[in-house]
Amino acid sequence: MTGHDVPELDPLAAVAGAEVDLSGLRLRLLAEAERDGLLDVVYRTVDAPVGRLLLAATRRGLVRVAYEVEGHDTVLATLAERISPRLLTAGGQLDAVAGQLDDYFSRARSGIDVDLDLRLASRFRLTVLEHLREIPYGSTASYAAVAALAGSPRAVRAVGTACATNPLPIVVPCHRVVRSDGGIGRYVGGDDAKRTLLRLEGAI
Amino acid sequence: MGREPFEAVVERYGPMVLRVCWAVVGPTLAEDAWSETFLAALRAYPELRPGSSVEAWLVTIARNKAIDQLRAQSRRPAPTERLPESIRWEEPDASLDLWDALRRLPRKQRETVAYHYLAGLPYAEVARLLGGNPAAARRAGADGIASLRIMLAPSAQEERSR
Repeated sequence: MTGHDVPELDPLAAVAGAEVDLSGLRLRLLAEAERDGLLDVVYRTVDAPVGRLLLAATRRGLVRVAYEVEGHDTVLATLAERISPRLLTAGGQLDAVAGQLDDYFSRARSGIDVDLDLRLASRFRLTVLEHLREIPYGSTASYAAVAALAGSPRAVRAVGTACATNPLPIVVPCHRVVRSDGGIGRYVGGDDAKRTLLRLEGAI
Repeated sequence: MGREPFEAVVERYGPMVLRVCWAVVGPTLAEDAWSETFLAALRAYPELRPGSSVEAWLVTIARNKAIDQLRAQSRRPAPTERLPESIRWEEPDASLDLWDALRRLPRKQRETVAYHYLAGLPYAEVARLLGGNPAAARRAGADGIASLRIMLAPSAQEERSR
């Protein structure tokens, strides 16, 4: 690498030592990538009462919402692997979702209404996610009730797995699924986050 | 193991590629060369073999884009040099003096200096890019640096401004 061959009086010091600010070039790259159809996944974070959330979208729609406890870097690495490594920080593409989330957390709206890309869920899990959207704001349903809604009343455990692996928590309201014995049950964002959301919605 | 998000590639190698572009095509065209490099890299990224050197891959693309820029420039009237906004120069005048010296070097020396000293590629990799063997690349690098030192020495600078 550099280092040992570099002479003491480095004639390249002016450029090697100059600080580089890529913000303008990044914006240009983002615009040109969008123009050329190369923006496979864009992402940004938003600060919410449940901690910092990672939002990621494809051309089809919002594909992932992730809590900090999931490890944002890990989530991005998984998106690069499962969808595309052409993954860049968003320009304004996620501003609408971010604004709706702000409104949701200030009780100005009851849900997030944007195009969704559900490709990270498949088969039964996808069926469960689709039925989760039927549980209204402010109410809860038991894992057993969701299993029944999904047409497989005995698949209670599979509903639990579908909720735990929900790629779009908050937007697809898996936090509204609780235990039949009154316990709130586990949650991908942690128990505190689930309690915060249910309190916000007035469900508990 | 898959590839890491492209954002991480921009973050890690973006500044290096801009310095390399600056040294090969000069201040005015550096940002265009950078943009074309990263757009082409983004396009090809899914096909990059995992485990291969991202640095060497980017420098190879940057070199092609830089040569395109130089060819296009040779067909246009020479523009007045303009400093790229993305580089925060401590001494803008010193940067123009350096570019003035760099562009007097034979192109092979200038490129060797850029790829070895600014990109940090080993001479074996530089030789692979430019042709020839590592020993010749090492000589070109040393000769380039020596010439730059002579051209940038205070006495030489005074000579020229007189």
